[in-house]
Amino acid sequence: MAEIRVMREDLLPPKEPPRRHLISIGDLRREDVERLLGTARNFERSLERELKKLPTLRGKTVVNLFYESSTRTSSSFELAAKRLSADTMSIKSAGSAVDKGESLKDTSLTLGAYDPDVIVIRHPQIGAPQLVARYTGAHIVNAGDGKHQHPTQALLDLYTITEELGRIEGLHVAIVGDVLHSRVARSNIQALALMGARVTLVGPPPLIPRGIEAMGCEVSYEIDAIKAADVVYVLRMQRERMAEGANFVPSLREYTARWGVTPERLRPGQKIMHPGPMNRGVEIDPMVADAADALIEQQVRSGLVVRMAVLYDLLTHGPAGVQAVALHEIGAA
Amino acid sequence: MLFGRTGEENLVVRGARVLDPAEGVDAALDVRIDGGTIAQLGTNLETNAHRVLDGGGLVLAPAFVDPHVHLRTPGREDEETIASGTAAAAAGGYCAILAMPNTEPVVDSAAVLRSLAEAAHAEAEVPVGFLAAITRNQSGAELTEMAELAEAGAAGFTDDGQPVVAPGLMRRALQYSAVTGRRLALHCEEPTLSRGGQMHEGAVSAELGFGGYPSVAESLMVERDLALAAYERQPLHLMHLSARDSVEALSRAQVAGVAATGEVTPHHLCLTDEAVRSLDANVKMNPPLRAEEDRKALIAALRDGTIAAVATDHAPHAGHEKEVPFEAAPFGVTGLETAFSALYTHLVEPGLLKLETLLERMSAGPARSYGLEAPRIAVGSPANLVLLDLQASRRVDERDFRSRSANSWLLGQTVKGQVRLTIAAGRVAFEG
Repeated sequence: MAEIRVMREDLLPPKEPPRRHLISIGDLRREDVERLLGTARNFERSLERELKKLPTLRGKTVVNLFYESSTRTSSSFELAAKRLSADTMSIKSAGSAVDKGESLKDTSLTLGAYDPDVIVIRHPQIGAPQLVARYTGAHIVNAGDGKHQHPTQALLDLYTITEELGRIEGLHVAIVGDVLHSRVARSNIQALALMGARVTLVGPPPLIPRGIEAMGCEVSYEIDAIKAADVVYVLRMQRERMAEGANFVPSLREYTARWGVTPERLRPGQKIMHPGPMNRGVEIDPMVADAADALIEQQVRSGLVVRMAVLYDLLTHGPAGVQAVALHEIGAA
Repeated sequence: MLFGRTGEENLVVRGARVLDPAEGVDAALDVRIDGGTIAQLGTNLETNAHRVLDGGGLVLAPAFVDPHVHLRTPGREDEETIASGTAAAAAGGYCAILAMPNTEPVVDSAAVLRSLAEAAHAEAEVPVGFLAAITRNQSGAELTEMAELAEAGAAGFTDDGQPVVAPGLMRRALQYSAVTGRRLALHCEEPTLSRGGQMHEGAVSAELGFGGYPSVAESLMVERDLALAAYERQPLHLMHLSARDSVEALSRAQVAGVAATGEVTPHHLCLTDEAVRSLDANVKMNPPLRAEEDRKALIAALRDGTIAAVATDHAPHAGHEKEVPFEAAPFGVTGLETAFSALYTHLVEPGLLKLETLLERMSAGPARSYGLEAPRIAVGSPANLVLLDLQASRRVDERDFRSRSANSWLLGQTVKGQVRLTIAAGRVAFEG
């Protein structure tokens, strides 16, 4: 007769590894970024074919949960999922249960009941993606949380720069404007530093957060500092975040006069980027926006293949590395 | 000034390490309590047929006093009641607590204060003192009837939760507090500097994108209030200090002869803004967790006595209020049931603070800050005692709290140092 053995915990088969998410660039290693950009490049080639749809994610469900208005991010995630043959569902806060005061936790539990494979979330509050990750079993992709992170934007920017200039390592990128309110800036500073670029932030002192140098960038308050850069990345002046009387800058007029990116402040050959939507004539001169060296349209195109790569990578088990910070792991200092 | 039940416990605690730094006692002794009063210290004491507790391997110390608790009553009894909050206090080793007046309604009239005192008499596990508001409805416009409130038993005055913004009004409050015999306790925050702030302003907030609440928002107000207290020659208590610059200002004022005292919370002593990277709503509090240099200054100030009191700033919140993104969560964490073990684990064990100092700063220090009688282990004193097991550790679990709320920054962590027994005003308030 066979002996009945009590199995020790460490003899049991390993538990399922934690689900992978893309919440912050800080969760990625350099090899993760290289793998994602490589996958995006393969998808770009496949899109050159007559039939643009790939069967890769057939039967998978991708939910787009958008609590903030968005045109390019939501449409590119939706198209990316469709190109990979996933089923998609889009939920916008207006007109949904959110309008009736449902909490993010309850919305997450409700959506989680359908077992979606991926939830793409944009939310005005920092930490919303982590919260959704806690209450659903889906892979979470952060499509922008407050002023915190917008990791797919940074990845598509890296992709655009690599396609255009052949490399990122050793390049000098100037990020100009309202860094304080910009999740795009935070994700890009981390991503560029991770890949070996030099980053200089340029803008008025109240819009450059105190202590941001610790992220591995330099700071200048003089617009002339952009002349030395290979790439000038112009941030949107976030007028909707500029509450009356906040006095970050005395006026948009003075901002434009002092920090607007104009043809005179650039030198030939510098590449210009902007995450959109642009305020022409405020942070960027229309001549600069429409110049041949502007990569702004390429950025939008890159968005599609990079988001395809992110969805593909999360749903086909690539090496671990894209992981959220566990909410309960707070150690004492 | 304290309201609650008293007891006439008869008990002998045998062979514990009796440790009362203020009395200069540190020896293995028996302690006999007759009718709620400490009757005898010595070895091999007669039990007089009392119940006997074996204190072998345990520490018997003066029980703790918490000068800063939010009991949420009246108004938010779903978060805490006098009964649940004082049960939590007893489990944490406290024999007395002071409750803040920022309730709904605000404790700004003698009628509200008297009804709270009555309720405490009936249901409190440990005696409670109630602070009253400095301004009506804490709106920062008109003074409360401070003299009447003091007569009704207010333990002090504070607009905690918010600062007294107008310097002219702050000065009037200081002047008038002289006739009450009670001191003002101040929440120091310059609102135009902290506006929109979710966490300490520094490298972590820059990276995470949170609005910054700079340390100067606190220290500027600390400087102002100390200047007014010096000018008016009135005492002052500074609540939940978080910043190095505030501590330095307090120290300078004390040297200059201002009767100013200060308090610091366990979370500011154990954590820094780095903890906010978790985005856990249970590390969101006001004032926020600050930088390591601030934490070091707070520990040093507690050690040298510049800050004489540990205060939990126990701030219960309903679970659903904290189960939201960090930015949407309210400020505040609980602390009554974890304060001693947190500080023993994070400060005493690593050698940053002596056990004796911690015990003094959790008991006599806070009592003195409000002119309350300090718990002591001396014959003839009312029994206010805590029996501590320094070897025992436990994992902090939300199901174990006596508080109605579980918004603790220690959830899931293992801490050392357990309360085995609390005697408050001669009555056994907790045994575990």
